[in-house]
Amino acid sequence: MISFSGVYKRYLSGFEALKNINFTIEPAEMVFITGHSGAGKSTLLKLIAAIERPTTGSIVINGQNLAALNSNEISFLRRNLGLVFQDQKILFDRTVFDNVLLPLQINGFDFKTATERVYAALDKVGLLKNAKSRPITLSGSERQRLCVARAVVGRPSILIADEPTANLDTDYANDIINIFKSLHQVGITVLIATHNTGLLGNAQQRILALSHGELTL
Amino acid sequence: MSIWFSHHWHALVSALRKLTDAPITSLLNIVVIGVAFSLPTGAYILLENLQVFSGQVSGAPQLNLFLALDTDKNKIAELESRLTQHPQIASFQFIPKNVALQQLKKRDGLADIIDDLAQNPLPDAFIINVKDAAPESLESLHTEIQKWPEAGYVQFNSAWTRRLDALLKLGKLAALTLAFLLGFALVAITFNTVRLQILTRRDEIEISKLIGATNDFVRRPFLYFGTIQAAIGGITAWLITAFILHLISNELTSLAKLYTVDLRLHHLSSEDSAILLLSSACLGWFGAWLSVANCLWKTESRWFKDTKYTH
Repeated sequence: MISFSGVYKRYLSGFEALKNINFTIEPAEMVFITGHSGAGKSTLLKLIAAIERPTTGSIVINGQNLAALNSNEISFLRRNLGLVFQDQKILFDRTVFDNVLLPLQINGFDFKTATERVYAALDKVGLLKNAKSRPITLSGSERQRLCVARAVVGRPSILIADEPTANLDTDYANDIINIFKSLHQVGITVLIATHNTGLLGNAQQRILALSHGELTL
Repeated sequence: MSIWFSHHWHALVSALRKLTDAPITSLLNIVVIGVAFSLPTGAYILLENLQVFSGQVSGAPQLNLFLALDTDKNKIAELESRLTQHPQIASFQFIPKNVALQQLKKRDGLADIIDDLAQNPLPDAFIINVKDAAPESLESLHTEIQKWPEAGYVQFNSAWTRRLDALLKLGKLAALTLAFLLGFALVAITFNTVRLQILTRRDEIEISKLIGATNDFVRRPFLYFGTIQAAIGGITAWLITAFILHLISNELTSLAKLYTVDLRLHHLSSEDSAILLLSSACLGWFGAWLSVANCLWKTESRWFKDTKYTH
């Protein structure tokens, strides 16, 4: 469960990215966070992943108040989150396989189990045949799917994706969203930040709309 | 436990890969560390050998006790008994004044002068070999004997032993200072090497942190890297000093023989070798730790630089 209570985020420059954010996301929910560019979507996701800290207010993830966590505890919290970054954060000097393997190395999995999991995750996103390829050889859509595979390989309870369909054609964008939907169907809480309202056309999922740092929906 | 081993195994393999990925750079770093450490190590070996050498040339330290001219045979016998029982005295030899005079007469140009003397001006004397050669011990024995009523004059040349002792102490201090300074250099070298490693792997570190790596996980491969590199540098220092000792040993032994001194240079003992290896490894570890701590601090500062957290 994710709970925001009276959360404000103000940068030292004085810019107020989030104002009085209150919401609760139940386990296994799929939620779209929408809003124009600069509305505060990415900031909100960064707060959940403890990449940034709120100025005031309380954030509770799976029963843990983020303000009370030390650096090590934040690391362990992140292992239970699958993160798909807006700028992808792919390691281009490693193969697709090695990129997806990284979270499992951090978790201390033995190589045999880790290999099985990596191939399962790559199969899930349709990149099995590219396992030994370098990310530079992948298309935009394939790179995005690589990021999804890396986010889910550790079997997190919460999957957070920041603009996962940015710069993708509609067909490829729908492919990515379908992967998220299938993950949601196996019980993962999925949060997707997007400014692409076209993706929400037939969506039955909950939407949190942000405008100038405030929740409007 | 298996996770712990898995993390350490992964870190060790990663560190060895870093060393072998850039073999020339690694080799040069190791040589620099080796040369830096060979200087204080060489100085230490020199001083250790000099200490052994000084013990050889000084032999057993001696005191010369010249008795008062009016000392009779009974007092001499009593004095012999006292010297025999003294705990600081290893042995002694009595030189009667007439024997001393005969010895003096044997010297060139003195026979005629001595023959002209009306009476023997020399006193009876004892040559005393002491057990403890330490300057402080010699000094205290000298003071004690000087107070005996039979003692006319007690002579021993403590100045050169004191000078040598002071020189050895100074040398050891210089070697220690050099070791400290070059140890600092080793930390700096490792810090910089690891910093360069970090720069090339900054993305990996940041991504790892974002997906759940602890600081220990990030730090571990670099700590292994710094430790292994510096330990190999320590071994190189040992080899460099061994090579130099081998080069100069024969020449120095030949030179010493001309002065009837049996001088053989010895390398570090096994304990000292272990200390060299451990200290270089520890300094490498410390340099790497500082470098990664600096990187982690910068990474986290960058994430939170715009945050004014009040709750």
